[in-house]
Amino acid sequence: MPLLEVKDLRTSFRTDDGIVKAVDGVTFSVERGKTLGIVGESGCGKSVTCLTIMGLNNRRNSTSSGEALFNGENLLEMSPRRLRDLRGNDVAMIFQDPMTSLNPVHSIGKQLVEAVMLHRDVTKKDARLRALELLKAVGIPRADRRIGDYPHQFSGGMRQRVMIAMALINEPDLLIADEPTTALDVTTQAQILKLMTTLQDEFDTAIIMITHDLGVVAEIADDVVVMYAGKVAEEGTVDEIFTRPHHPYTWGLLGSLPRIDADVERLVQIQGQPPSLLNPPRGCRFHPRCPYVMDVCKTEQPLLMPVSHQPHHLQACHLDEVTKDHEAAKLLDGTLAQVG
Amino acid sequence: MLFVAVTIVTYVIFYVTPSDPARLAAGQGATAADVQRVAERLHLDEPVWQQYGRFVWQLVGEQSLGTSFVNRQDVNDIVLRAAPVTAALVFGGALFWLALSIPVGIISALRPRSLIDRAGMVFVLIGLSAHPVWIGLIFAYFIGYKLQLTPITGYADFFNPSQEHGGPVQWAHHMLLPWLTFAILFAALYVRLIRANVMETMNEDYVRTARAKGAPESQVIRSHVLRNSLLPVVTILGMDIGLALGGAIFTESVYSLPGLGRQVLQSYENFDLPVIQGIVVFATCCIIFFNLIVDLLYAVIDPRIRLN
Repeated sequence: MPLLEVKDLRTSFRTDDGIVKAVDGVTFSVERGKTLGIVGESGCGKSVTCLTIMGLNNRRNSTSSGEALFNGENLLEMSPRRLRDLRGNDVAMIFQDPMTSLNPVHSIGKQLVEAVMLHRDVTKKDARLRALELLKAVGIPRADRRIGDYPHQFSGGMRQRVMIAMALINEPDLLIADEPTTALDVTTQAQILKLMTTLQDEFDTAIIMITHDLGVVAEIADDVVVMYAGKVAEEGTVDEIFTRPHHPYTWGLLGSLPRIDADVERLVQIQGQPPSLLNPPRGCRFHPRCPYVMDVCKTEQPLLMPVSHQPHHLQACHLDEVTKDHEAAKLLDGTLAQVG
Repeated sequence: MLFVAVTIVTYVIFYVTPSDPARLAAGQGATAADVQRVAERLHLDEPVWQQYGRFVWQLVGEQSLGTSFVNRQDVNDIVLRAAPVTAALVFGGALFWLALSIPVGIISALRPRSLIDRAGMVFVLIGLSAHPVWIGLIFAYFIGYKLQLTPITGYADFFNPSQEHGGPVQWAHHMLLPWLTFAILFAALYVRLIRANVMETMNEDYVRTARAKGAPESQVIRSHVLRNSLLPVVTILGMDIGLALGGAIFTESVYSLPGLGRQVLQSYENFDLPVIQGIVVFATCCIIFFNLIVDLLYAVIDPRIRLN
């Protein structure tokens, strides 16, 4: 049994303009100790998917359906009490912006101790020792002195380390990381990613890594879900996605990676804008931007189907497989040298 | 700086107002020679800058605010007699408005569009629109006159019980209506302020972090929302109290409280510049003092401002 099994997850928000279906039938699973990368453009529903799993959407204006089975228990239908027990203990989350994710008026020590005391029946002193241990593990220099410091006394990278320490302090089975490196500069990004993979091995934690950076995915993910406009466009192992991508949107993402060897005026991009989820296009949601669009794409929504001979590699596109293999090979001739 | 600016402005305004304080001080039926003599005695015949210089000289040299034009009383005594009344009104009122606005503000932020929230908004609207004099008269009529629950006007000394009224109980009894009247406007403002602050803080990323840690909602609000959302309230409270100590003119007038506000009104009618100036000096000091308190307090409660 996978650690987390998400089936037909749907989340919609009521807004003044109408109902926005931010996540519209997403299915994937995460194995124990493995890393799943969720990629897609801004606004494709990858963050909302994870906030829904954590039960962190605003209940006043959102509704969710489907299943998110964590060790067989449905997170979506759990009592708030049981969900609180799991949050921060079995499932933890780190967020995109470390500058605003820590409470400015409490010392980081206090915030770490709070995380321990919420789930463990220990004394404050022991909780503090545990906090110190984690701060050392995430590489905060002179942790014993800095534990009493406030968030504003730390740099962005250091704050994200503190966030990671807080998320891992109760040794969760699953860590959801929502673009944890987006707000950091490139050298810090690499350090944080390395730290996460090291700690993943140490604690045997499964990770869901939300990102729009295919480089990050190639580096740390075992499996990949490519999302577009609230739906899954393609999912498979990292090898399948990078060596035999089967969806024109994935090709677009791979093709738009900047290349060191090519001498171009402009970076390659996918034409057009992601669609409004208030009123998504009929048929395949990618069809207005797809260079391979056919008549059937405009009327019929493609289903998520396995690629032949690769039962775990799923894709949602009407194109025939011969064309796909051909196009993918053409694209990858140039690109993969760099990413793979 | 602020102090000098404020006192100069008071002098200039007084100077350009068409009035003849000497004639008023000399009394009815005074001859032109009498008025002239009075003017000389009160130094009203000197140019305004000289009068101002004399005022500053006295203040710095003798810590004296001068004497009243009208009854020759020491202005220091007048201010010191009126200030405790105003202080009692302002601090008591502040307790009332905080006791009212903090819970209402928080609950309406946590339960937007609920009954409490709507009732709170109606209260805010009334509090902001109704004039304190009107509120004062309504309270005095219904609570004081019809229901006979409180005295209608007047003040009872906290420390020196005179023959019929005085002492803490009488004092509080007399102050109850003024406190309520004075508190309503501020309570309305603060409900709105606190509601907005709490709602804004609820959307902060660190609140989501606290929930992601598995903290129960009560702890999220207590430990992460309230402290952050009440920080700005401290600033505004300090400034409002400093400002109000200069005299709550309307409330004091309605209930005939012998505080600074009523005193300044009376002195203005008599063109009694030294008393007005004395109260202005006192009010300015209060504002400066409370701003200082706020700054110091902030350093204690907000770690981001803490001095190393």
